[in-house]
Amino acid sequence: MTDLERSASAGDGHSDLDVLHPESQYPVADPGHPEHLPRLTDVDEAAADRATRQVATMFALVPVLAIGFAVAYFAVPRTMFIDFAFLHVNLQHFLLGSTAGLALLLIGVGAVQWARQLMDDHEMVDYRHSATSDRDDREYVVTELQKGTEESKITRRKVLGRSLIGALAAMGIPLVVSFADLGPWPTKKRRAATIETTIWHEGVRLVNDITYVPIKASDLEIGQLVNGQPENIQELEGTELQQAKAKSSIIVVRMDPRTVQIPASRQDWQVGGILCYSKICTHVGCPISLWEQQTHHLLCPCHQSTFDLGNSGLVIFGPAARALPQLPITVDAEGYLVARSGFTVPVGPSYFERDSRDDFKEGDN
Amino acid sequence: MARPAATVSDAPAVQAATPKQELGPVFKLAAKPADYIDQRVGVAKLSRPFIRKVFPDHWSFLLGEVALYSFVVLLLTGVFLTIWYKPSMAEVEYDGTYQLLRGLTMSQSYESSLQLSFDIRGGLLVRQIHHWSAMLFLAAMLAHMLRVFFTGAFRKPRELNYLLGVGLILTGLIEGFAGYSLPDDLLSGTGLRFVDGLIRAIPLIGTWAEFFVFGGEFPGDIIVARLYMVHILLLPAIILGLIAAHLALVVYLKHTQFAGPGRNETNVVGYPIFPVYMAKAGGFFFIVFGVLVLMGGLMQINPIWTYGPYNPAQVTAGSQPDWYMGFVEGAIRIMPNWESHIGGTTWSWNVAIPGLGVMGLFFGLMAAYPFLEAWVTKDKAEHHILERPRNNPTRTGFGVAAMTAYGMLWIGGGNDLVATQFHVSLNAVTYILRVAVFVAPVLAFMITKRICIGLQRSDEERLLHGAETGIIERDPSGAYSERHAPISQGEAWTLTQHRQYAALMPAESDPDLTDGQLQRENLRRRASRFYFIDTLRKPTRAELEAAQHHGDGHDGHGEIESGHNGNGHNGNGDGRSGNADGHHSIEAGEKTSGAVPSQ
Repeated sequence: MTDLERSASAGDGHSDLDVLHPESQYPVADPGHPEHLPRLTDVDEAAADRATRQVATMFALVPVLAIGFAVAYFAVPRTMFIDFAFLHVNLQHFLLGSTAGLALLLIGVGAVQWARQLMDDHEMVDYRHSATSDRDDREYVVTELQKGTEESKITRRKVLGRSLIGALAAMGIPLVVSFADLGPWPTKKRRAATIETTIWHEGVRLVNDITYVPIKASDLEIGQLVNGQPENIQELEGTELQQAKAKSSIIVVRMDPRTVQIPASRQDWQVGGILCYSKICTHVGCPISLWEQQTHHLLCPCHQSTFDLGNSGLVIFGPAARALPQLPITVDAEGYLVARSGFTVPVGPSYFERDSRDDFKEGDN
Repeated sequence: MARPAATVSDAPAVQAATPKQELGPVFKLAAKPADYIDQRVGVAKLSRPFIRKVFPDHWSFLLGEVALYSFVVLLLTGVFLTIWYKPSMAEVEYDGTYQLLRGLTMSQSYESSLQLSFDIRGGLLVRQIHHWSAMLFLAAMLAHMLRVFFTGAFRKPRELNYLLGVGLILTGLIEGFAGYSLPDDLLSGTGLRFVDGLIRAIPLIGTWAEFFVFGGEFPGDIIVARLYMVHILLLPAIILGLIAAHLALVVYLKHTQFAGPGRNETNVVGYPIFPVYMAKAGGFFFIVFGVLVLMGGLMQINPIWTYGPYNPAQVTAGSQPDWYMGFVEGAIRIMPNWESHIGGTTWSWNVAIPGLGVMGLFFGLMAAYPFLEAWVTKDKAEHHILERPRNNPTRTGFGVAAMTAYGMLWIGGGNDLVATQFHVSLNAVTYILRVAVFVAPVLAFMITKRICIGLQRSDEERLLHGAETGIIERDPSGAYSERHAPISQGEAWTLTQHRQYAALMPAESDPDLTDGQLQRENLRRRASRFYFIDTLRKPTRAELEAAQHHGDGHDGHGEIESGHNGNGHNGNGDGRSGNADGHHSIEAGEKTSGAVPSQ
């Protein structure tokens, strides 16, 4: 151990930190830095040469791979695929990724190998200093700040400072106000026209959600579920279409009327065991789609809320709190299913101003 | 591992002793431009303190580096993606290369994402590198945070840098989510739908927040453009700023180091930035980058073409967010369906509590912890030597408890997949998790704490009785014992370098203190007992000497027949009487602020 190391381990004034850590805290004395052990490459020139060759080879492979990347980019047709073992991948994509990835990796591994095997590996010691400023610095800063404050006259003319604070605070108003147009304000009227209503109304036909073919009551088998939309959704496009789909989507199910409970108030909302519910989950609005035919349960794939379609869409499991809104339906003269009205309550997830007193609850009739 | 021989401070002496070297060819070439720049910027002056700055070496210090480098990769690949991506929700008909989606109407953002994936050479590769980097960025940040937590690196003077780190994880989460929403495929739209429900559920202002974020009713026509701004401008700028401050503080405070011979609270032992870390850290950047590119090339991630464009009427079973949002997703899934209907209002606790509350709780506790522990210990000293997790069993227990709670929520985020893959009832999984999320962390805490104390005992064993040699000796009376070899002074120093705190007895009433102050002080003392009463006290110098003597006298044997009683160092005895055996300490402490850590 050199003198220098010994002084370092004792904390010889290079650092101002040792006072905080009394020596008596340590039951064992610091033996100081251990001797440096040479690596094989330090003592064996052949090993050092070998390491040098390794590093240089890794670096030398990089240009080869870089050219390989360019070849893959320009010469490999985009339509070729690898289908081998676990790889099912576009050939060009595969070659671009492997050449560039390997090239980068070789640069990195080469550099690290260089550092580990060939660069000087004597550890060095640096001294720490407390993060706290020196007393002098602190005093200087405080004194000068005080002086500067005096010079600014703010201490004598306090109104300067107060009015400046007031002025800056007032600029918060324009800052906040300029964001008032982030979106339309959800006033009672606008809520009624947007999130509280759908395009369903009396007489709108229920159609298949992909083909838009109207759904005929007689075509539905018991146990069958059809994803539907209102017929008039075809008139919409773009944003309006997406917004309508986020609210108007429905599921139409036919169940054996003897196996389901239909409350008295909803006897005329169904057609011989054909019931129609909102497809939008009352939890956070996912379209519910997993149908258990035997139990009449409908499960939301997002958070697993489960609704009993055989019992007015009540929640039987999961984080959703409200029953699925039911759409009153009947048949028109040609035997197609049509809505008797729009939804009687807002569909979709809860929001603060939602009046949830009219929702169907356990025990309602 | 290399051993230190030189120190920074002897560099001038070396220089004075060696004759002035002839400059190499590169230096000669660079001399004029360097001189030009130095005359204008003073680079020599600026770089002087940093060029040979010492950094300590440990594998766990690489975790933060991985996070940093994956962020750099995110910036590089992100710029490439913006060249083709169109942040627009305008409806277009797809007419690109991918046959299965031809003729479908979709948003322009989805169309351009498909174009990037199929028609731009290397586009899919870069998109996948970008997504993998995002995953790695968050994973590395969390792992780095755990390393910092479990080694106590957040202690003074690094509390503020820890807070910057918490801020980085939070912004990273939101940044990741914003990016996930941009392709506007079915999965990202479903994620947005979830966020819409979440925002709506905020009590009082939910509907307003929803209309302001989405520019009206969900999904509207502007959210993708807004998220694009957030994703490529706002949050990256914040993250860059936080990273800059984070690294500046690392440089200013110098990196922490693990205990070891020659290492103490006043120094830092390691290698210089130039050339060693230039090569190692620089090389490591290329390694991280290379691995990410290979992942992008060989491992598929987010195949956006699979599920088609976003359609609010469709969803796929097994929909999942990216892994880092899994704990929020899990909280949402296992939450009971509590909702209050008061008058004409709806209070959606089933969404607000898990969605906002769990995130708030998680990040709140994470940010508050250093200050909580500092309040308990009243330790005002700077700490630069990292603690081993075992030497602070209560903190380590808290950390593992938090990880366990996170893990339970994470399992909850895939409760449907757990049910289908393991053929168990979905409902049972959910009900069990509702309990487990509270019980499992408590169990984890207790088990972890016991394991830590056990490990402390094994350290103590090595200190007092030496290392097991594997040599069994039989003495004249026929008893067997194992010979122990004393450990090196270096190891003994390493094992005893950590700081210890006293478990404090309640304070007596004191005329100097008001009742409120006394109550707070006693609360703190109770906390200190909770923290430190079980912690093994490290042996004192006298005990170590006595043990050595004991070892010499008995020539290393006698451990089996007598070792564990009578010598006062059994440390264990019967666990319950632990306080009396001399290895646990309760101290009266001082009346008020002066509670000095016990020795």
